[in-house]
Parts: sequence; C-alpha cells; structure tokens
Amino acid sequence: MKSKTYKVVSTIYMVLIFTFLYLPIAILIIYSFNKSRLNVIWTGFTFDWYKRLMQDQDVLNALMNSLKVAFISTTLSTMIGIMTSVGMYKYKFRGKSVLDALLYIPIVIPEVVMGISLLVFFNMVHVPSGLLTLILAHITFSVPFIVMVVNARLAGFDKSLEEASMDLGATQWETFWKVTLPLIMPGVVAGALLAFTLSIDDVTVSFFVAGPTSTTLPLKIFSMVKFGVSPEINALSTIMIFITLSLALIGEKIRFSKQNN
Amino acid sequence: MRAGQRAESIKSIICKEHIKENQKGHIEKGLLFTLSPIIIWVILFIVLPLALVIIISFMSRGTYGNIEYKFTLENYMRMFNGLYGKILWRSLVISFLTTVFCIIFGYPFAYFVANVEKKYRSMLLMMIIIPFWTNSLIRTYAWIILLRTQGIINFVLLRLGIIDEPLKLLYNNGTILLGLIYALFPFMVMPLYASIEKLDHTYLEVASDLGAKPWNAFLKVTLPLTMPGVITGSILVFIPTLGYFFIPDLLGGSKIMLVSNLIKNQFLTARDWPFGSALSIILIILTLVLIELYVHAASGDKKKIEVF
Repeated sequence: MKSKTYKVVSTIYMVLIFTFLYLPIAILIIYSFNKSRLNVIWTGFTFDWYKRLMQDQDVLNALMNSLKVAFISTTLSTMIGIMTSVGMYKYKFRGKSVLDALLYIPIVIPEVVMGISLLVFFNMVHVPSGLLTLILAHITFSVPFIVMVVNARLAGFDKSLEEASMDLGATQWETFWKVTLPLIMPGVVAGALLAFTLSIDDVTVSFFVAGPTSTTLPLKIFSMVKFGVSPEINALSTIMIFITLSLALIGEKIRFSKQNN
Repeated sequence: MRAGQRAESIKSIICKEHIKENQKGHIEKGLLFTLSPIIIWVILFIVLPLALVIIISFMSRGTYGNIEYKFTLENYMRMFNGLYGKILWRSLVISFLTTVFCIIFGYPFAYFVANVEKKYRSMLLMMIIIPFWTNSLIRTYAWIILLRTQGIINFVLLRLGIIDEPLKLLYNNGTILLGLIYALFPFMVMPLYASIEKLDHTYLEVASDLGAKPWNAFLKVTLPLTMPGVITGSILVFIPTLGYFFIPDLLGGSKIMLVSNLIKNQFLTARDWPFGSALSIILIILTLVLIELYVHAASGDKKKIEVF
C-alpha cells in the first residue's frame, strides 16, 4: 500500500533516531569494561572498575542510603497513597477538588522549585538535612504518582462488590482488607515500584535536602561527574541503569498483565 | 406484573436506604481515617513550603546571607534588568528551541513508528520508553564522554584526519540545547505517538479519494487531528527544561547560566534566598500559565487530551 520510497525513508529515519537515543548510553556501558583509564582507546575487557566500586566506602554508603531512603519512602508513600485513593473514591466532601489540585503540584512544578521549597521549610523548622529530610521529600513527590496509578485502577472498580460485602455483615475494615485491597493490588504494586524507581533515580530534589553525610547514589554520580570522566562513573552508571530498568520493566509487566484480565 | 415491579423497586429502595444508613454511621470516621494523613502531608510539605517561598520572595537579604523580614519588591524588579533579565530570556529561548526541535525531529519519528506493521510496533514503542527510564543525569554524562576534548568524537575525527586539533564541543549554548533535547525527546514522542496511532485512517482515505495530494492531506487532516499530541508533548518538554539545573551545570560549564542553575546558586552559593525565591515564584507562575493555556486549548478543541 505504501510506496517503496516511503519505506526506505522511514526506516532510515527511525534507525538514525534510535542511534541518537541509544549510542551515547551504549558507549557509556561499553567503556565501563575498558581496561584503559584514558577511556578512548579500547585496550581490553575488564571488571576492574566494578571491583573498585565495591571497595569504595563512599559509593557503598551512598548505595545504602539510596536503598534505605527508597524502601522507607516507598512503604510510607504507598500506605498514604492507598488511603488517599480509597478515601477520595469513596467519600464526597467539600474541598475535594482543592485536595486533588494540590496533589498535582509536585507533578507539574519544576523539580528545582520543589527542592528549594523543601530546603527552605526544613531550614525554618530546624530539621537538619539528612536521611530524614530525604525520606520526607521523597514521600512528598511519590505520593501523587501512587495516587494516580491506584486511581486508574479504582476507576474500573465495581462498587457493588463492596456493597455486597457490607450487606453480608462485613465491617468496613474487613471489606477493605478482603475485597477492596485485593482488587486494587496490581495498581498498588505498580505504584509502589514507580515510587521506588523515582526515589532511587532522583537527583534534583535530593540535591537540596541531602546532608553532607547522606549522599545518595545519583548525588554521588553527580559529584563524581563534576571532576570529569572516569571509568568508575561509567560502571556506577551502568549499575544504576540496570537497577531502574529492571524495576520499571517489572512494574509495567504487572500493570499491563493484570489490566487485560 | 406491576405489583411485582413495585415490590422490586421498593426492595431496592430499602436496600439502598439500608446501605446508606450503614455508611452514615461510619462516614465521618472513615473519611477522617483515610484522608487525614494526606491532608496533613500536603499542608506540611507542599502548601507550607511554597507559602514560605512566596513570603521570602518579598523579604530582603541581610548582610550575611540571612533573611531580613522587611517587605520589598526589589527581588522581582531585579530579575528584569541587566544580567538577570538576559539569563531569564536565554532560558526561555533555550526551552522554546528545545520544544521546537523535539517537535521537528519527534513528529516524523512518531509518525513512522505509528505506521509500521503492527507486530513490530510494541517492540519499537518499548525501545522509545527505555531511554525514558534511564536517569537523565547519566544520559547527560554520556554526552560528556562523547563531546569532551579528549572524547570519542574528537578522537575519531582526529584519527580520520578530518580535523587537526580537537574541537571545543562542550560548554556552549548548543551543547545545553543538545543535552536538553536528548533528555526530553521521549516526553515528546510518547504523546505524539499516542495521538497519531489513534488517528482514524478513513479520514485520510476520504481526503485522497477527493483528490488531495498526500502532503496536503497531511497538512489539512493529519496535523490538525494530532494537534492534542503536539500540545501535550510541548508541555511535557517545556516545563522540565526550566528546572533541569544539572544539564546547564554540566554541559554549559560554569560560564553559561540558565534560570535553573541561577536559582540553585542563589540557595547554595550566593545565599540570596529572597532572590532565589522570587525566581522560583516566576517559574511557578510561568508553569501555571502554560498549563492553563493548555487546558484552555484542550477544552476549546472539545477533545480529550491524554497524557499517555
């Protein structure tokens, strides 16, 4: 149906754009295995840079911090997110649209503004920068995303199931645990994975609220990059890419496989 | 028959009443229980911090970088003249150019991807999403590897004898533009793809049956129908460009400032919180105006614009 020239032109164009998208990342990953420190000439394959990272106490600390912040902020933001979604779905109340609009703020305003506003706030209430401020900040930008994902799941929710459960004498609490939660579970898991990815990956907001001893992995990369290119950064970046990609892929899989059922 | 129906409806009314009563007893409790955490959270960590930024933006800076609680409009006046005015203007121009280039390169790309055979389509889509999930700081660093003086591009060009001495590819406006386009390209392609893929091809067939040349059909049918995608993509690209401070920081060196790293510097190095706050407020206002325009355009079109 389509002309031959169209096919040729479109294929070449797509190849070019995909090259543009992938080549820089591919080169970054390839050079994390290069023996030469000078980076450009390929002198042989090595795992040295990865081994070195495993011995670097600063990097290990940053990794631990990232994991701690991600686990705690994901757990708390998922709990708050579920309650918010269910509450907003179930009840009509005054100020609902205001709350809805406020929840969109962290999604729409430039991240740098969110970072400085939290910096100002923590400073004013005298909370010292550290893991605590990181966790609080990460919960703040994660909750709206979880609410969004769970809301999407609740949109296709059959209210009569809850009503039936209540008619049969279950309390609200039992209904929530035995009917509502299992039904929205795929949304919850996908939302939690999204929150975890956002937390592990965040640079901008963390940059403003992290203390000197609470560096996270992306912040560690940022400070290393400022001193120039090195194979250790390549190795660390490769690890980060691998972590976030696998998390994201799992999340998508859960979201889409369950949606089709 | 009638009596049966009536009985049915009465029964259903009774049932509903019963449910309502059942809920009424709990309604206050349930509402409080489920929503108080988020309300407290939003007030503490979203409303209060932003309110503080607004207040500080009207205060003056003390001699030692502290905040003096004296009302002033100075911070807002300052950003429209001289050096700061230039920075603000340059930021807007770079953000605008990023958006335009993303449309120019992204539209044909999204169009081609949306029109490949169905069996390849989801794989290609996945390939667009993957960079989207890769940390933009890391993707910015990848360009430094390529572009620096001893970088790969210079190395290859020198080896091939095309140049005699390494080119200065980093640390200029063009590099920042490239970095921003690279970071945000997927944000443009996704909504474009969504709107092009949905497009009803019968419109195009009708256009060509009525004698329209392919190019004309594209301009008069395809482009207007996929406009929601263009608008959504533009918003998704334009807003983050104003906030990614590490891209101008790393690719522009220390020479070139954009509003994002200007804000960062006011808080971390210059310690002029009132001025930094005022700049942030301007960014928020700009963002809100853009979103308002977008919502307006969307409802004017009577079409639902989907983000993804």
